[in-house]
Amino acid sequence: MNASLLPLGELSRALDRGEARPSALLDECLARIAKLDAKVHAFLRLTETEARAAAGAADDRRARKAPLSPLDGVPVGLKDLFCQEGVETTAGSRILKGYVPPYDATVVRKLREAGAVLLGKLNMDEFAMGSSTENSAYGPTRNPWDLERTPGGSSGGSAAAVAARFVPGTLGTDTGGSIRQPAALVGCVGMKPTYGRVSRYGVVAFASSLDQVGPFAQDVRGVALLLRAIAGHDANDQTSSLRPVPDYDATLDKPVRGLTIGVPKEYFGEGLDPEVEAKVRSGIDALKREGCTVKPISLPNSPHAIATYYLVATAEASSNLARYDGIRYGYRAPARGSLLDLYEQTRAAGFGAEVKRRILLGTYALSAGYYDAYYLRAQKVRALIRRDFDEAFGSGVDAVVSPTSPWAAFRLGEKVDDPLAMYLNDIYTVPVNLAGLPGISVPSGFTGTGLPIGMQLIGKPFDEETLLRLARAAERALAAPQKLPPLVRT
Amino acid sequence: MASEATAGSRALKDWEPVIGLEVHAQLLTRSKIFCSCPTAFGAPPNTQVCPVCLGLPGALPALNRGAVEMAIKAGKAFGCEIAERSVWARKNYFYPDLPKGFQISQYELPICKGGAVPVPQPDGTVRKVALTRIHLEEDAGKNVHATNGSLVDLNRSGVPLVEIVGEPELRSAEEASEYLKSLRLALIYLGINDGNLEEGSFRCDANVSVRRRGTKKFGTRVELKNINSFRFVRQAIDHEIERQVAAYERGEKVAQETRLFDNEKGETRPMRSKEEANDYRYFPEPDLPPLIVSREWVAKVGVPKLPHERISELTLAGVPAADARTITADPRLVELHAQIALAAGRDSAKRAANVVTGEVARLVNEGALDLASARFQPRQIAELFRLQDEGTLSSTAAKEVLAELLQSGKPPAQIVQEKGLAQVSDESALEAVVDGVIARSPSEVAKYKSGKKNLLGFFVGQAMKELKGKGNPGVLNALFKKRLD
Repeated sequence: MNASLLPLGELSRALDRGEARPSALLDECLARIAKLDAKVHAFLRLTETEARAAAGAADDRRARKAPLSPLDGVPVGLKDLFCQEGVETTAGSRILKGYVPPYDATVVRKLREAGAVLLGKLNMDEFAMGSSTENSAYGPTRNPWDLERTPGGSSGGSAAAVAARFVPGTLGTDTGGSIRQPAALVGCVGMKPTYGRVSRYGVVAFASSLDQVGPFAQDVRGVALLLRAIAGHDANDQTSSLRPVPDYDATLDKPVRGLTIGVPKEYFGEGLDPEVEAKVRSGIDALKREGCTVKPISLPNSPHAIATYYLVATAEASSNLARYDGIRYGYRAPARGSLLDLYEQTRAAGFGAEVKRRILLGTYALSAGYYDAYYLRAQKVRALIRRDFDEAFGSGVDAVVSPTSPWAAFRLGEKVDDPLAMYLNDIYTVPVNLAGLPGISVPSGFTGTGLPIGMQLIGKPFDEETLLRLARAAERALAAPQKLPPLVRT
Repeated sequence: MASEATAGSRALKDWEPVIGLEVHAQLLTRSKIFCSCPTAFGAPPNTQVCPVCLGLPGALPALNRGAVEMAIKAGKAFGCEIAERSVWARKNYFYPDLPKGFQISQYELPICKGGAVPVPQPDGTVRKVALTRIHLEEDAGKNVHATNGSLVDLNRSGVPLVEIVGEPELRSAEEASEYLKSLRLALIYLGINDGNLEEGSFRCDANVSVRRRGTKKFGTRVELKNINSFRFVRQAIDHEIERQVAAYERGEKVAQETRLFDNEKGETRPMRSKEEANDYRYFPEPDLPPLIVSREWVAKVGVPKLPHERISELTLAGVPAADARTITADPRLVELHAQIALAAGRDSAKRAANVVTGEVARLVNEGALDLASARFQPRQIAELFRLQDEGTLSSTAAKEVLAELLQSGKPPAQIVQEKGLAQVSDESALEAVVDGVIARSPSEVAKYKSGKKNLLGFFVGQAMKELKGKGNPGVLNALFKKRLD
């Protein structure tokens, strides 16, 4: 049996039944990576030795029928901004080349405690800034469905690795769509939990009030298992919630009959690819067949989300990235001269163009005399965007549905010179981060040329349970056959 | 120098200085404000650090509520309004000792607003110097300049600070110095700061301007930094006042700038001008929720008495004002005094104060006594009082016993015995001596009896001589009178 081709949720059950063995599974994954990742470039580095040791220990526990969790022995890949003790962590940036953190991120620790087999670090846009993985200092990742196309971003490596069946599950981060958009573009499930649901401790920060860690898998159950493993309060992250973490897996197949789905008109307007719209509407129909009520709604402030986002996120980023100054760790320019020269040359050479653009934008937005007009105003609009969602939920809507991305995977290089066009990738995902809500992207068919399309479901704060149930219902109703990318079939 | 002094006094006749002080005080928490690293001073460089206070990628702050509690204590002590909700803010600037590239502080909504610092005056009144605010923040590390470059020690990074901002109500360097001393002592009383200027745990910046006397409008404000002793506070401010007055009198303007005090030259020099000043780009810290301080929490925080309250307590108990000020200048002396007075019972406050401001203060100042490690017990001093009251000790002998007991901590009775200092008060033991003196001094006895009563001192003196000073003078007096009158 090719256990590594199973979606994570099914794989977990196969491991429980003893039909798969962690070490053999890892071997399959490593073999596929060795064969195909030169083409995809999902991984920046593998931690093979450590992974083999972890898989061996999982073999023993599985043989004794004493697994640590449903994830015991499951290989998991990490976006390269999760600090892992002793493993180089670059956040896709030259400025962190060679940086080896001395500690584990909380989610990394939790995955270890769950018995997951950590097998490597995945490519990403530099500091998670981008929607195509082309902003990585280490070269772009390619979409397993079409190697000339992007897997999206910023968690493009995490998405591509799942789609290429390199690994059953991965973690990414989502600040404005960086999990959901790549999940849509590679045809897997990707979830951004509620802000505060998962600890950010040890996750290289982009925009602190928007960043959230989340999982990728080929199936909704896999995402539910990963979320349960990583969610929960962390004393090291004071923005993490004290709410208990439910057993998402246990309620996954509960019927969704009677739930109400809101369809916001603002998310189906100009700029949306008709083919994408058609498939998302068929996804909505599928939920109807499962017994959901569909209700047209309006989220009138969502059109301001991109502008708001690029003030809030860049302002926070300009501050979060100030620590990369060449003094204590990472890249340092061989500067002679003043301290200022050292700072300027280190940051000029260490950061890529998009990161510099955002640092400049954010610095400007926070500057004396501009703060009120930009940052403060953006925060006010942010509150309005959140209020729109609150009102929708208050009117009986259980979840909001929309396209994840306005289009399917685009060609590498297609938007790289047009930042504004690139920013529009996130038009449907960014409001969710600004509102702090949970969002999930589930596959909703393919374009005529065989590129995956994703449908986004947006839930109430901390109601990941309902969101996962709906995503599972869509998955079931669409009855999508587990199609493999052409690359993997060869 | 003489001309400068003249200029200075003329300056102050026509010009009024306006001074406000900003104090940064390290809080005496055991661990840092946003991580659990220890705060102890003097450890080898970069040994009290972790991902959080090193500002490593991915690290996040987790608030130490002990630091908040100390800020509440200061707020209560100075009568500030303590905010139910205050907000952390990032102050952004680049410097090697600032590992995150920003300092977590409070900006628009600080934890304490208003209030005043009581400054006891020599006449027994208390002047209240108003505060603008008190806010919490983290300290930066330290740049260490070595011969072949600069090094950074981040042990201090993340040590909790309160910044105490005073209103510009001070009108002379002397007033500023008095305010600073009172504030420092108050923080020590509160147990939230060790008041150590040399180690930098209590630091002061001064905002100084001058205006023509009689005018209301403030002059251009200059910020003075790097003032690390009380002497330098006076020097720096005085120098700056004179510099500003001289500039105005020459018809020049005073530039708004930050100046550094050079304590070797005794003058200030420009550090950065307004144009070069950092734009700190303050914004709310997204990694920390707003700080919520419930009224229950505020109510639970106990506030010890402040120096001015101790002064009035002591003077009410009969301690002279000067002694009260000496005692309250050191909270350990206050504590010692209170314990002695407690053990010695009613009306002993003044007597206890004599001991504390006399022998104890003398030994402490000479470095011969360290109260922190002293072996004596306050109740032993009360015991000494009792021996003196009973007549076992003369006042001279009592002094000797006190000196010994402060050093050794031996019980006074043991010292009296070892040194043979006990006074003879037993009449039967003294009668023979008295009789002997009378028998040997017939002419003095005759003169006494004819009215020269002041010869009583002579008789007592003779007896004392024979008793090697250990006779109880009161008892001897009485015995001689009984025999001769």
